[in-house]
Order: sequence, then C-alpha cells, then structure tokens
Amino acid sequence: MNVLLGHDGSEESWKAFRQTIERAEAAGDDVSIAIYDDTAVEATPAEIEQRIRSELEGHGVDTEIRHIDGHVAGTLVEIVDGEDFDRLVIAGGNRSTLGKIQLGSVAEFVVLNSETPVTLVR
Amino acid sequence: MTVNRTYPDEPAGEFPSPPRTITDKNDREIEIRSAGLDDREVLVEMYTAFDPADRAQGIPPVKEYAIDNWLDTVLAADCLNVIAWDGDDAVGHSMLVPDDSEGYELAIFVLNTHQGAGIGTELLQTLLGHTQRADIETVWLTVERWNEPAIELYKKVGFEICGTESFEIEMSIRLH
Repeated sequence: MNVLLGHDGSEESWKAFRQTIERAEAAGDDVSIAIYDDTAVEATPAEIEQRIRSELEGHGVDTEIRHIDGHVAGTLVEIVDGEDFDRLVIAGGNRSTLGKIQLGSVAEFVVLNSETPVTLVR
Repeated sequence: MTVNRTYPDEPAGEFPSPPRTITDKNDREIEIRSAGLDDREVLVEMYTAFDPADRAQGIPPVKEYAIDNWLDTVLAADCLNVIAWDGDDAVGHSMLVPDDSEGYELAIFVLNTHQGAGIGTELLQTLLGHTQRADIETVWLTVERWNEPAIELYKKVGFEICGTESFEIEMSIRLH
C-alpha cells in the first residue's frame, strides 16, 4: 500500500508516525511523509525532518519526505487524491486534560474532502 | 488548545452549593454531593452502565482500565466533582478539571435512566456553585454541534457560545 502521512511535529503526529512505520514494516507499505508547520508546535519543519530521519534509521521502510505549506489540509487532499496513494494517515485530534477529543481543522477538512480512505490515529 | 478563549463580560448569578437534595420530575429524591477519589468505585459502575449513544468526544472511555485512568485524572485533588445519587447509585456526575493554560474545563454525564428529569440542570448548577465557592472565575466547555439538548442546558444555566470555528462548539461562563 502507498501511504501518505501528514506530520506537524505534535505528540499526536509522532504517535501516528510510529504506528505508520510499524505497519509499513509488517505490510511492506511505501510511506510518504508530508511535513507542515503548526504554530502550537515548537520544532521547525527542518527539525521535524531531522528527527524523522534519525527515527527511520534501522527501519527497512521505503520513505519519501516532502514539505508543504499554505492551505495544508487542501494540499494533503490534492496530493493523496491526485497522486497514486491508497491511504492518508494523520493524528486524530488532541485530548484536553479532562479527556475530550478536539478535532483539529486539518483532520476535519481531510475527512470531509478526501476521496482516498483516511485513517485518524489516536 | 485555544488559549485566547473569550468569556462573557457579566458574571452569572449565584449558584447553589453541595450538598443538596432535590426531587426530580419523576418524584425521585436525588442527593447531590461533592465527590472525590473515594467515590471512584461507584463511578466506575456508573460509567460501565453508560449508554454508548451518550458518549461525548471520546469520554467516558469504553474499556474498564481506560475508565479507571480517566477517573484518576478527573478526580484528582485539583479538580472539583459532584455526583447525583439515587439511593446508593451514582446516576449523574459533573466535573471541573484545570486545563494546561490556567482555564477550567467542565463536563457532565447523566445515566439514560435518569435523563429528562431535571437532574442535569441541578447537577450543573451545583457544580457551578461549588466552583464559585472555590473562587474560580471562569469555566469553559466544548459540545458537539448536533447536541442541541446539551447546548440548551448549558445556555439555560448561563453559558454563552464563544467559539464556533472548530469541529465542536465552545461555550464559557463567568462566575464572579
């Protein structure tokens, strides 16, 4: 399977990243990672890429990394539907301390607009 | 999380404090008392019996260990909790939990056997009274936009809609 992962450097995105890589190793998926900036995340996209590359070392997963900006959610849908992808994976919202899940605008947009199946990771 | 949340300018009136006894619309005598970690077992029972349709934004969790972990968080010493009791059974629970940016988030759950009887309104007002006595000024919550009964309940006790740009509606109230 050809998988596109959206990654903004948040804790939730790292969880989605690790699950995607774990699955890719077991199933032989090809993984593309689209990195984008989130104002709530301290790490810059360049730092996120560096950390991704170091975490990928030792995993036998075929991975391509790209950077996207502007209307990130619209761009993710454009890539996943326009190129040869089978699935889009992104983090499925944050939990408040109280425990309620709050779905971000990127997750909402891709779920409503993507023709390709979307996986929200929690 | 939105840190620049807006709150109403005017404080709501004074709310009643726990403990209280009320009579619900079905003539059941319901006691509303403040709660803490000692009440965890009875709340596990309440949330295990919870109607799956009444779940909101991922809580209460489904599995018992997850309910346990969640209750540890919301019953912690820096939170405020009230329980509605029908005899020895917890039938409603409302909680106030500090968030990670100096705000306080509220949530409320009532068992489906005890919904539509006015218990939610009383429970919510009692938690807000408890919160006023703790000198907390403002409270916020989120609610799914299709959940009209909940939105109406929150409006009735004085919450105002403060955010509609995300997936859930955000509401807030000023207590002092």
